[in-house]
Amino acid sequence: MRPFHLQEYWTALRTIVAKEVLRFSRIWVQTLLPPMVTTALYFIIFGGLIGSRIGDMDGYRYMDFIVPGLIMLAVITNSYSNVVSSFFSSKFQRHIEELMVSPVPNSLIILGFIGGGVARGLAVGLGVTLVSLFFSPLAVHNLPVALSVVILTSILFSLAGLINGVFARSFDEISIMPTFVLTPLTYLGGVFYSVSLLPGFWQDVSKLNPILYMVDAFRYGLLGTSDLSLTVSYLIILGFIGALYVFALVILNRGIGVRS
Amino acid sequence: MTDAALEIRGLRKTYGNGVEALKGIDLTVEEGSFFALLGPNGAGKSTIIGIITSLVNKSAGQVRVFGFDLDRELQEVKRNIGIVPQEFNFNTFEPVGEIVVNQAGYYGIPRRDAWRRAQRYLEELGLWEKRKEMARTLSGGMKRRLMIARALVHEPRLLILDEPTAGVDIELRRSMWEFLQHINCDGRSIILTTHYLEEAEKLCRNIAIIDHGRIVENTTMKALLAQLDTETFVLDLREAPQRIPNHPDIALRALDPLTLEADIHRGQNINTLFHLLDKEGIQIHSMRNKSNRLEELFIRMTQLDGEHGKGLRAAS
Repeated sequence: MRPFHLQEYWTALRTIVAKEVLRFSRIWVQTLLPPMVTTALYFIIFGGLIGSRIGDMDGYRYMDFIVPGLIMLAVITNSYSNVVSSFFSSKFQRHIEELMVSPVPNSLIILGFIGGGVARGLAVGLGVTLVSLFFSPLAVHNLPVALSVVILTSILFSLAGLINGVFARSFDEISIMPTFVLTPLTYLGGVFYSVSLLPGFWQDVSKLNPILYMVDAFRYGLLGTSDLSLTVSYLIILGFIGALYVFALVILNRGIGVRS
Repeated sequence: MTDAALEIRGLRKTYGNGVEALKGIDLTVEEGSFFALLGPNGAGKSTIIGIITSLVNKSAGQVRVFGFDLDRELQEVKRNIGIVPQEFNFNTFEPVGEIVVNQAGYYGIPRRDAWRRAQRYLEELGLWEKRKEMARTLSGGMKRRLMIARALVHEPRLLILDEPTAGVDIELRRSMWEFLQHINCDGRSIILTTHYLEEAEKLCRNIAIIDHGRIVENTTMKALLAQLDTETFVLDLREAPQRIPNHPDIALRALDPLTLEADIHRGQNINTLFHLLDKEGIQIHSMRNKSNRLEELFIRMTQLDGEHGKGLRAAS
């Protein structure tokens, strides 16, 4: 018996990631451009028009304060939607079977889809950052923190998108989670305001929202200001990644959504 | 002694809705064999293939591919199998060449080597010129050939084709037969399911017939056809006969004034038929074997009712 060698694993992983990157790159007008346009509108309306009347937030111009949150908003939604739509459409068109009949282990399939989600998340994140330069100077307080948080967050939401894609049985079911869960949690996750503005009770409620920790940690990486403990933020992000990865592996191994 | 290409023991499958698709299948496909798996719609053929290719979870039983156990050595099983499914299952928004090369990548084949292999199989199947075109632009026959190229790119020892020529015109079907015979001669084992019984009779040396989740026959094509105790010939005549002669071992009947049909018992000398007709002054213009012998056996074994049987006869 010949085991699947490391080189073969690497080739298989590269193939999946390259295929995923090519998929969203081919349709860049649908995948990469819209988040930049939307974010530019956020900057103009919230940062420029309304933000000038709000004044400072945590000691920063409102426009500068919302930059990290808007970058994270774009990274989260794009990582998620890339994987959920790619996985579901491959199920819908049945070409997920190309992978399922091959000797690629499920762990590698998960990593491949994560690779695609992270690639799109970071590409959009970079694009939004470039757009933000028209409105606010880029401040980087701690580059390793900023980079690690954005990559880990992208991994986390790629995994969440994958799980959604595995369970989804219709196109409706791939839009329910982003619309009714992801977007509200992101908007309430401190993208547009500092959690310290909230009354005590709502501050405690907000701390149940994991996205708050990601936005806060990323804001620390860029601006150096934080409402929460960086260590707790990392632990929460890593904890969610571990739990979602194990869950994704279990459901794929059981063949949920992909096998009869 | 070498391991069989496929060995199935006690295979059962009950779907979540309670439908018992397989009721204990035992099947052996020898290495190098060109094997036909026949059965009416819903008999369980695609379920068996789904289980072998791990797209369907089995309820019970054992599957071994070249000695590798499906439960314990799944990667090795997968590495040895190439599958051409019934339905198109590739991304129609990808170029033809990419589909084949990506599939090779999933098997750990480096890209340069993958392109070399893709070129070989796409050329053999007449698709190399289309390699840069989106798969959705291909005709139905081309899409089927694309799936064959994709299934072969990792050079599996066992190729499984689930109705590969469905909806393919006769010319293309015959060229696909030649291709499949060619790769079988190279030593690759092939399992074929088809509704075209002529196809199975022409290509396959071994056959299993499945009905209602059970194997009702599993033998060589030669042995199966030998079970027919009569053979039917169609005779085109030069002139309409005055009367149709009688013979205890040959049943003759008129299909129209210039056509006779003759059932001859196995073992009966065909010269007896010629002698009988000659004695009556009946001149034969041409003669042919009534197709399809396998169809008769298939219908007998699966006890098809009228409507279903007509559908199969029309397809064959």
